[in-house]
Amino acid sequence: MSRLGDLLDAGDQLIITGEAPVIDGGTLADYEAKLTEVAPWCDAMNATDNTTAHAHASNVAMAIAMQRVGVEPILQVVCRDKNRIALQADIMGVALHGVENICCLTGDDVTAGDEPEARRVFDLDGPQLIRLAGSLAEGRYLSGRTIDPAPKLVIGAVENPGTHPLEHRAQRAAKKILAGARFLQLQTCYHPDRLAAFVAALHERGFTERCAILPTIVAVKGPGALRFMDSAVPGISVPAEVIARVADAEDAAQATYQLVLEQSRHALALPGVRGLHLTDFCKDGSIARLCADLGIKPRLEKETHAHDRILAV
Amino acid sequence: MGLISAIEHAVKKPIWGCQMCGACVLHDTGMTCPMTCPKTMRNGPCGGVREDGHCEVKPEMRCVWVKAEDRSRNWPLLPEPWREHFNNLRPPVDNRLKGTSSWLNLKSGRDRVTPAGWTPVVDESENEA
Repeated sequence: MSRLGDLLDAGDQLIITGEAPVIDGGTLADYEAKLTEVAPWCDAMNATDNTTAHAHASNVAMAIAMQRVGVEPILQVVCRDKNRIALQADIMGVALHGVENICCLTGDDVTAGDEPEARRVFDLDGPQLIRLAGSLAEGRYLSGRTIDPAPKLVIGAVENPGTHPLEHRAQRAAKKILAGARFLQLQTCYHPDRLAAFVAALHERGFTERCAILPTIVAVKGPGALRFMDSAVPGISVPAEVIARVADAEDAAQATYQLVLEQSRHALALPGVRGLHLTDFCKDGSIARLCADLGIKPRLEKETHAHDRILAV
Repeated sequence: MGLISAIEHAVKKPIWGCQMCGACVLHDTGMTCPMTCPKTMRNGPCGGVREDGHCEVKPEMRCVWVKAEDRSRNWPLLPEPWREHFNNLRPPVDNRLKGTSSWLNLKSGRDRVTPAGWTPVVDESENEA
């Protein structure tokens, strides 16, 4: 049932995933309308899990909502808010609704959010969560208790190629791939040399054949957003000269768009990169423009695909 | 707390900031205690490390894993097998062991007991630095 899983199995086509907007109130119809900005370009989208430690509608509810409006979800699961029992329950819960894609993260700390006084959990870490999801897919809970039938899961994870210890990042990605990650959404990286070195290290060792590498591209409006990411988002640094280049341009918005376009082209040209993960901070058609400039077509086959299946059933 | 755990705590707390998790992996992590990481990560650095190599949560502290990785690679006195274990996938912590002596747990093998549903990575041998 997972289009993402089919694409991973096929092994050669471009894969585009995206970050679905968070839900803070409203109806399913409201949410469907909010999804139209990025969803047409994506094979699957992340149902996020309290992004940067801010409470929103839950990842599970979001994944089911996406499923209902015809967007394939990737259940993002972070270790910050729940212990291992609750994490297993969430994965098993969405599996009941036909959600197969799971993306495992350690997650930002509670201090990154607007409720820094909250208790942090971190009963597991990201790599352990990947392995745990693997156990569920193999038909047993962590306790060893049998799950019959076992849920079909397409397991992925994240890694940050742009932060320290830089030489170790590819090795950590390898650990996640060995633990069972079939796709890795990379944190957005404003140091092309770091991204290139990271991907090359995985590619040389053959890891990119068993795991789809998807660098994140964030559509941003201007230098203010770059400054914000540099100062406020854990693990992202934007070199001062990059910010200066767009801030000093005559048309800062256009220069920022060019930066994002260049970043995307550079990422896609790296041997071993399978596609992109898109995040939209603009909500002004930038993603559509970016995809058009990159030659990425709307993923229309998705609908045909779903209809075929319904007819076949 | 028993006598042994009291001695263990007295020795390891001042040197490594030991949190008495009861399942010590210091030898695998460049003699750097992963339980001093605010996220208690046992499998490497999170993605939030700052540009200066410091911790996302405690900006004044060098990231535990940046330190661990550096020591694991560069400390001349570290035995070679310990260096090699750095990239292993360490299983979830048994929270019942908190406050017990990891020395006794090592001797009895209790610290290596994993949940029945936990399977180690099959091709761990590929995971070399």
